[in-house]
Amino acid sequence: MTMDKNALERIPHIGEIRHRGPFAGTPEKHTATFQDRSWRQNKVVGSLEEAIRRTGLQNGMTISFHHHFRNGDHVVNQVLDTLARMGFKNLTLAASSLAAVHAPLIDHIKNGVVTRIETSGLRGELAEEVSRGLMDCPVVFRSHGGRAAAIRSGELPIDVAFLGAPSCDPYGNANGYSRDDSLLACGSMGYARTDAKYARQVVILTNHLVRYPNAPWAIPEYDVDYIVPADDIGDPKGIMSGATRYTKNPKELLIAQTAARVIDAAGYLYDGFSMQMGSGGASLATARFIREMMLEKDIRCRFALGGITGQITAMHEEGLIDRILDVQSFDLDAALSLKNNRFHHQIGATYYASFLSAAAVDQLDFVVLSALEIDTDFNVNVLTGSDGVIRGAIGGHPDAAAGASLSIVVAPLTRGRIPSVIDRVNTVVTPGAVVDVVVTDQGVAVNPRRPEVAERLRAAGIPVGTIQRLKEKAETLVGKPDPIRYTDRVVGVVLYRDNTVIDTVRQIAEP
Amino acid sequence: MELKKAATAGTMESGDVMVTLCPAQEGGVDLSLTSSVQQQFGRQIEAVIRDTLRKLGVEHAQVTAVDKGALDCTIRARVAAAVYRSAGETPERWEEL
Repeated sequence: MTMDKNALERIPHIGEIRHRGPFAGTPEKHTATFQDRSWRQNKVVGSLEEAIRRTGLQNGMTISFHHHFRNGDHVVNQVLDTLARMGFKNLTLAASSLAAVHAPLIDHIKNGVVTRIETSGLRGELAEEVSRGLMDCPVVFRSHGGRAAAIRSGELPIDVAFLGAPSCDPYGNANGYSRDDSLLACGSMGYARTDAKYARQVVILTNHLVRYPNAPWAIPEYDVDYIVPADDIGDPKGIMSGATRYTKNPKELLIAQTAARVIDAAGYLYDGFSMQMGSGGASLATARFIREMMLEKDIRCRFALGGITGQITAMHEEGLIDRILDVQSFDLDAALSLKNNRFHHQIGATYYASFLSAAAVDQLDFVVLSALEIDTDFNVNVLTGSDGVIRGAIGGHPDAAAGASLSIVVAPLTRGRIPSVIDRVNTVVTPGAVVDVVVTDQGVAVNPRRPEVAERLRAAGIPVGTIQRLKEKAETLVGKPDPIRYTDRVVGVVLYRDNTVIDTVRQIAEP
Repeated sequence: MELKKAATAGTMESGDVMVTLCPAQEGGVDLSLTSSVQQQFGRQIEAVIRDTLRKLGVEHAQVTAVDKGALDCTIRARVAAAVYRSAGETPERWEEL
């Protein structure tokens, strides 16, 4: 059956009805079994080179990667080696983060294959080299929320995303685990979701092609263009270790206990509260003290957000936490819970933290975050070390600090001889305007913006001092460090979560 | 104090400093310092080592210090212990240093 073209003309207002012309018949229907079809007509291509050719990638374009394989990632190096062999130049590498394992990028930068980098952080040799002036164009550092916003708004347009997936079916439904077998490679693939949705072309690299439909999926098939079966996408040992253990360090336990008391005294530990625990010994250990208080008060947590560990999933399975919103699974227990527990949800970076839309961080009561340095204006640095060299990642630090009603930053007052509380942080990552309380092993300081919190802590018997006093205490212990010697050359640009420039990282001066 | 033989004090643990002394007849204090906090505290660590040696009356010595972020009090204690070991003496009161 077909529709006569003239029939359309008799329809009143046809010019205002959006259509694609008269019905002209259907393409031939297939008759093969679904099984047979799915292994013949699909998006699987024979090699990475072929996939790259088909995406139409050109010199000067932007490629992207996720960091869910952490220091076990073999995707970035594999793809860059291939691109270098194929002769590509002048590419922008936009990763959700980079780790020590990505040191081979140094050669690709020297050879002009990669000329710009966008990332949440840098570590290891690559970070060292960047701090010593490896690149002409400064590295752009964004928070997880800032990156998601920039990708969506077009400030960071991605031409081709190369996304490693521990499971994928022949049509592109991809995930960090699979319900068909016991595989549990990385759990949540939250950061990759943004890339898959907005990149012009999406290539999935997978070592585990499973049957359709690979449900649940992190990335739906309609966002995927090509699938490359790869023998090796990562080293399981580097991707994920067993359960994250609670710290036994008495300093960290003291900090964690104090942080939990601060949350309670400030009034944010009530029936139905919400929380996020950042990575780092003391912030993770805070969950343990929160749990004891919850049992005592007989209250429940409505949701826990962020990078998720076994501590949070154990509390969920115990009935203490109603929902988990998981953008990144930090350990095997977390990945297992995501697979098995129906109220443990996988969320993307936009949902987690983008400032362009209502995000989950905006619903936080409190967050406990680590810091390398805190200054007397409550600014926090998590990116550059005390020697001025890049050695960390912004992550969701500023996003969660800005979103939570009470943001607590925890750190030992000194690490060896290095003071954590100082006059001015080397790099401002999270501005003091969104940091509420600093908890150290040597005392607590409340931002003067929050006098009511200081009042409540004092009423609960928690000694509250000034941030200046903490700085002086640290100085008495370790002395005043000589300033870091930098050159004038900028090697890194730090963007706040709204993608305004908040600080720069300069090249360190050679001794 | 007169240094008589090579002597060492301290460990390579974090928060400690390992100080090695060799006697010398001339040339003052020849100090070789490596530190995990060289850039921030190298100048101060060197001053503390030289000051401690001066107070103990050591004028000539070859000194090697490998610092892992030790506090000033630790540095003084390790330098003094190395000096006493080298001299083969025991102080009446360590606290007075």
